[in-house]
Formats: sequence, C-alpha cells, structure tokens
Amino acid sequence: MAKTYRKPEALADQPTHYCPGCTHGVIHRLLAEVIDELGIRGRTVGIAPVGCAVLAYNYFTFDFQEAAHGRAPAMATGIKRVRPDLMVFTYQGDGDLASIGMAEIIHAANRGEKFTTIFVNNTVYGMTGGQMAPTTLPGQRTTTSPGGRNVQDVGMPVKIAELLSALQTPAYITRQTVLKPKYIVRAKKAIKKAFQYQMDGRCFSLVEFVSTCPTNWGKTPVEAIQWAEENMLPYYPLGEFKLPD
Amino acid sequence: MGKILMKGNEAIGEAAIRAGCLNYFAYPITPQSEVAEYLSRRMPEVGGVFLQGESEVAVGYMLFGAAGCGERVFTTSSSPGISLMSEAISYISAAELPVVFVNIVRGGPGLGGILPSQADYFQATKGGGHGDYHLLVMAPASVQEAVEMVMAAFPLAEKYRNPVMILGDGLIGQMMEPVEFSDRLISKPTNKDDWATNGMDTRKRNARNLVKSLFLDAVQLEEHNLALKAKYDRMKQEEVRYETYNIDSDFQALIVSYGTMSRVCKTAIDNMKAEGFETAMIRPQTLFPFPVQPIRQAASKDGCEAVISFELSMGQMVEDVERSVQGKRPVYWHGKAGGEIPTPEEVVDAVKSFVKTK
Ligand SMILES: Cc1ncc(C[n+]2csc(CCOP(=O)(O)OP(=O)(O)O)c2C)c(N)n1
Ligand code: SF4
Repeated sequence: MAKTYRKPEALADQPTHYCPGCTHGVIHRLLAEVIDELGIRGRTVGIAPVGCAVLAYNYFTFDFQEAAHGRAPAMATGIKRVRPDLMVFTYQGDGDLASIGMAEIIHAANRGEKFTTIFVNNTVYGMTGGQMAPTTLPGQRTTTSPGGRNVQDVGMPVKIAELLSALQTPAYITRQTVLKPKYIVRAKKAIKKAFQYQMDGRCFSLVEFVSTCPTNWGKTPVEAIQWAEENMLPYYPLGEFKLPD
Repeated sequence: MGKILMKGNEAIGEAAIRAGCLNYFAYPITPQSEVAEYLSRRMPEVGGVFLQGESEVAVGYMLFGAAGCGERVFTTSSSPGISLMSEAISYISAAELPVVFVNIVRGGPGLGGILPSQADYFQATKGGGHGDYHLLVMAPASVQEAVEMVMAAFPLAEKYRNPVMILGDGLIGQMMEPVEFSDRLISKPTNKDDWATNGMDTRKRNARNLVKSLFLDAVQLEEHNLALKAKYDRMKQEEVRYETYNIDSDFQALIVSYGTMSRVCKTAIDNMKAEGFETAMIRPQTLFPFPVQPIRQAASKDGCEAVISFELSMGQMVEDVERSVQGKRPVYWHGKAGGEIPTPEEVVDAVKSFVKTK
C-alpha cells in the first residue's frame, strides 16, 4: 500500500503541547514541509520565541536557538551577519513581535536582514493566559481588557504587515492564514517564497498568520475558526503587501 | 613588532582583531565610541563584520546569535549601555556562550557623567541581569594591559563557555599610550560542534544542537545551576590574577586598588616610601574571581594596621576586601565618584588618617 501522507523529515515525531484547534501546529507542519522541499534542513537555524511556541524546537529536527521575549530578530541578525550561508527564521507571536520586540523587528526589516519571520497573530498573549496584545481587536474581551479593547484608551490594533511594508527597504511581506484548506495551500506557497528570497540573498521576508487561540478566546476550535474569519480577516486582510522587485 | 602610540579605545578594537575576533556589534556611547568608529573602518579591511545595532538591547542579542553559532564576537559599551545589555548577558550566561564585553565605565547612576569611574563594580562582578551567574571580569590599568586582557579574553571565554568582561574606566579608553601587539596567534575553539547551532551539515555528528536557557523541570534547572556554579568555582581556582607592589616591605597599611586608581596609589606608595612610611598594594587584575587569599595573607602580615580600598566609586570593591580580610584587620574605603581622580597627596592623607602609629 502506498503511503500518501507522511511526516516531513524536518518535523519531529512528537505530540505537541498546543491546545486543540490552535493554528501553531499547522504552521509548524507547513514550515517543515518547505524546509524538506528546499533541502535546507542541514543548514537551517530556527529561533523560538517567548510565548506558546517557546518549545517549538521540540517539534523540529534541526538547529535551534531560544530567544528572550521579542529579541529573536536581533539574534537572527547576529547569526546571518556572521554566517550568511545559514538559513534562519524567527517564529514569533504578536505579544513577542508587535509589543516588546517592536524595535527589533522594525530595525531588522529596515536593514534588510536576510532572514525570514513567521509571525503568528492570534490577537492575545496566549502563554500568559490571554491578556490584551497590540493586535487585540476593538471591543475584544481579554483578561486585561475585561470590558473589551477600548481604542480611546489604548489605540487601534497594529497591522504589522502593513506597517513593515511602509519601510523603503525592499522586502517580501505577506499575510496568510491556515483557517481553511484553501488558505493552507496559499500559505505554504508564501512560506516557500519567503525562504526562496532568503536563499537568494534578496531581502528580509515576513509571513504573518491570522491565527486562533480557542483556549483564551473561550471558544471551541470550530467557533474560533469562524470568529477569526468573521472578525479578523476584515481587519487583517490576506495578501502580498510588498515584493522586493 | 615595535611600540606604537595609540588611544586606548582604538587599541582595544585592534586587539580584538589580533585575537582573531572578526565580528563586532555595538551602539555608540561616550566615552568609548571611538572603538566603533575605528572598527567601522578596520573590520571591512580584514573581511570582518561591523554592525551598528539599533540599541544595546538588540546588540546584546546579536552577540547571542553570533556566539550561538560558534563565531568569535565582541562588543564595547559604557555603563548605561551595559545596563541595557544586562538582559542579554543573563541569557548569554545561561546558554553558556563565549562573548567578550568591554565596559569603559563612566560615572553614574542614571546618565551620571562621562568622566572616568569604577561605579559598575557591583554590576560587573555580582550580576546586573537576573539569576545566578557570573562574568569573568578583568580590569586593566594601562592601554597595554587593556590590549593583553582583550586578547586573553577570547580563549578564556571559550575555555569556560562564559562571557568575559573587561572593566576599564574612561581614562583607559581615552588615554594615549605606547602599545605593542604580540604576534601570538590565538587558536579557534575546537569544541563548538558539540553545542553551536552552526548548521548540521557542517558537523560530523548527525544530531542537531540547541542553544537555550529554559529548564521548566526543577531537577534539570538545579543541575544546570550546579554546573554553572562548578564553572565559577573552577574560575576561582584557576583564573585569579593580581599584581603586588612594595609587598616585601614592612608595610603598615595595605592598599587594594585597580585600574586607573591603582596608578595613583603607586605614586602615593613611592612618595610615602621616600618619607620612610611603608605601604603596599594588591592590584586585582581579575575582579571576578577576586584575589581573596592573597589579600587575606597580606593583610595578616605582622605590622599591617589597616587595609584600605581606594576606588572611583562610593565603596563597592571594599565589600569584597572585607570578606577577604575576614575581620583580621580594620578595613576602610576612600574614593571619589564624580569623575575626579584622587591625587597622590589625597591618597597619602587618607592612608595616614587610617593608621595610628606614624
Ligand atoms: C521580559 C519578559 N516579559 C514578560 C514575559 C512573560 N511572557 C511570556 S509569554 C508572553 C506573551 C506571549 O504572547 P505572544 O507573543 O502573543 O505569543 P502566544 O503565546 O500568543 O503564542 C509573556 C508576556 C517574559 N517571559 N519575559
Ligand atoms: S493558549 Fe492559545 S496560542 Fe497557546 S497553544 Fe493554546 S490555543 Fe494555542
């Protein structure tokens, strides 16, 4: 009997600690498939964030560094500057990248550092129990915005893909999602394109993912997907925001 | 190679290159910006990496990333910048990465001033970042010694897989002195394939490497901390360095002093000797590990009435001097922390005020 579905070599044979319905797992798999297809496992270094994906290195089979909260882009800069032949990606949540690590990501993108960022936007701080993030939607209830995000008080959610696209330095910036199979196919293509740009030494690349956190949203996996489609996609539209050429 | 006249900051940059470190990340701050200016020109000449980061926070992690893949890397900064790097220093220590930091200390706290200071002694030797960790800290008293310490720092950092800090004061950075660079070649670390994320393809062993500091399991974190402690204990056994001055005399007072301050103390000791009043000095060259035993031994010598810590701070090293002397003799502190350096006359007066029989 032919095997039509197998685990990518870059993915470890390990159950993950992610909650049911969490999109981290699907994104991990896409990354692993791309790394296999490009044949770069032996020269890839991943950087795990502080957040729910802090143990991401347990689910992959290549070299990894573990970052302090928000600092992954600076570490990736250090690696790429001294070893441009390595393929480097950071994997970051929205608290990590859009709040505490905002300076690091903007400057790495603006210098045109040749690494790839996988940015998982689930509108909350998942790991610490669902607190408000810079990406929390207006009116969205979280454990630190119990009355819903009040934009008069804390401003509007940050659109990272658009913000980074405004920089003048060439880059590949796209927003994708894995909420439905049709999106997954496109998302994988985007990851591959981002890695390809890195491999060719062209530019900084970032793939933002509209993601779910059913646990902290207080929803079932199915409800979470529906909520993200109805509420996140209008505010965080999918598409390519910037190409290097 | 003969002696050349060089400013301390530039000599420090050149020393790193001579030590085989071709990767430098930094953020400008007085009184050491000349290192970055010098290396922005020199690194491209030798095929090295120069990058001005967006902040000292980011620089700290650029060092982490580069050292994490097994490359020699260093930075220079001054007090407020080192405060910002302290988060990364804690992570670098935890992940056991060899990184060399040079702190050309300026006055504090806060923005403080830009004149010479030794007020970062606690920060350098007792932490600064969070958690149980130590840097190996060396303190030069001349431009030549700064060069030698920078060159020694890389193999030491690699031997212990631990960050090393050179703690200089503003005068060491700004002063011009004749220096000589030895042609001694420093070998590359040989064990990095066991731990560095340099890409699996480059290693014989077909296993991936992880550079990390998270240990969620209590037993594992305990083991990690015990291993770090064993390393610091080994430094205490093997790396203590100090210089003595007039130690064979029948001294009535023992001075402990380092860096620029120790040079003033030497002149004061000579002046007192000319008057027939003997004093001696121990100059720690490593601040961690601290020369505890040599100071205890010297302080215990018959005729020694007082031990005085002279510092460009409000009294920080004096705590280590006290724990070295263990109450065997009275321990005093004298110092200044505004940026002025005590004169030899001031040192003489202070010594005499602490000694009863004159
Ligand atoms: C300096 C620092 N501040 C705070 C924390 C606590 N902390 C851990 S994870 C986290 C939020 C992570 O949220 P996000 O980046 O959105 O990732 P997610 O967990 O949602 O995947 C915070 C604040 C920390 N580890 N370090
Ligand atoms: S808390 Fe949220 S982000 Fe974290 S694993 Fe669970 S669902 Fe995913």
